[in-house]
Amino acid sequence: MFAVVMLAGIYGLVCASFFVAMDAVDVAFTEASIGAGISTLLMLTTVAMTGRTDHEATHKPLMAFVAVIVTGGLLIYGTFDMPYFGSADAPVHQHVGPHYIYDSIQEIGVPNMVTSVLASYRGFDTFGEVTVIFTAGIGVLALLSVARRPEDDAVMEAINDSMHEKHLILRIVIKTMIPFIVLYAFYVQFHGDYGPGGGFQAGVIFAAGIILYAMLFGLGAARRVITQPVVQMLSALGVLVYGSVGLVSMLNGGSFLDYNVLAADPIAGQHLGILLIELGVGLTVASVMIIIFYSFVGRSQFQKANKGELL
Amino acid sequence: MTMILGLYNYWIVIVLMMIGFYIIIAHGHLIKKIVGLNIFQISVFIFYISLGKVDGGTAPIWQEGIILYSNPLPHVLILTAIVVGIATTALGLALTVRIKEAYGSVNEDEIQAMDNQVMASQEKEPQQC
Repeated sequence: MFAVVMLAGIYGLVCASFFVAMDAVDVAFTEASIGAGISTLLMLTTVAMTGRTDHEATHKPLMAFVAVIVTGGLLIYGTFDMPYFGSADAPVHQHVGPHYIYDSIQEIGVPNMVTSVLASYRGFDTFGEVTVIFTAGIGVLALLSVARRPEDDAVMEAINDSMHEKHLILRIVIKTMIPFIVLYAFYVQFHGDYGPGGGFQAGVIFAAGIILYAMLFGLGAARRVITQPVVQMLSALGVLVYGSVGLVSMLNGGSFLDYNVLAADPIAGQHLGILLIELGVGLTVASVMIIIFYSFVGRSQFQKANKGELL
Repeated sequence: MTMILGLYNYWIVIVLMMIGFYIIIAHGHLIKKIVGLNIFQISVFIFYISLGKVDGGTAPIWQEGIILYSNPLPHVLILTAIVVGIATTALGLALTVRIKEAYGSVNEDEIQAMDNQVMASQEKEPQQC
């Protein structure tokens, strides 16, 4: 199982390089931090909790194989009518694409088209996605949260302290790296208008910094830095900020999430709106990732503590 | 030959997608199923991104003097989809952890067998009374 998870992580990283090759720098950024970082970490935690072994499958996979081959064959048959790779006259490039590419710099004033489409033209969509992420965070919390008793925390810290004295070099190196990771997250957050980046990537990078700290110094130490109620509140606050920007633009006489009316100058309004919305996205993504990690690790420690009581 | 060169991106996507699909239906281990689902998901991401690519275009960040860009729309859709994907994967893994706690196993067949046993004993009970 360990090998399966590590291979999945490598796959994520390789895919990120595909995306760079196909000009999708923002996507590659996200995939590298998520596919290779956070998702591998979560899977490892789950494997640690559920056991590494897997028995051989008892049923014959032949039927599955046939089904896969047939579906694959039909899909390949379907591709014969598709436009060729890289052709500029494909239907995708005829609809709203040219408008986004050639008019966004006048209408929004943000060089990174991905950001302007994400935050302004398709603001509704992104609002929906942020809500989905928030909901998933609540779901994980509902499934894995444990009632913490103060005496448990003390036991945990004793275990952590004894465990972490081994990793002295790692601890020192990581401690010097964390400020740079967090600083980089803020750079990505606020530079998303001009280069690749934005709230989604920044949130994940920021969360990665905190998670790194939690991994090496123990969950108890991380919870003292950023307490669970604070993260939970921040994740809701992010969605709230996003929604409020929409409401404020309605109050100013525009439609929901129409940033032109936020300031006297439409371009300045767009800049302000995108900045606030990316902030909301970043807050929610970062805090949901931290919530997910806290819940998983908290659960595994709870399981260990219970096993100790049973023995 | 031009067809092979023109369509290879779709074929890579389909191969990856089918690998993911096979893992999902052929393996009983729940974490492996989630890994399969991830492979499937990423193949869809590659499909979208490859649709957005234009020959000779650059990354869609506006710069003086460049006229040909790749289409930013698929990038936006996939960017958000990746983050939503990890959130839902985390939810799936959380469910797996709870299943392990409740059943003591993460193997689909064993879980099914246990469920069947419980069902059978529930059906018998009224007759015994």
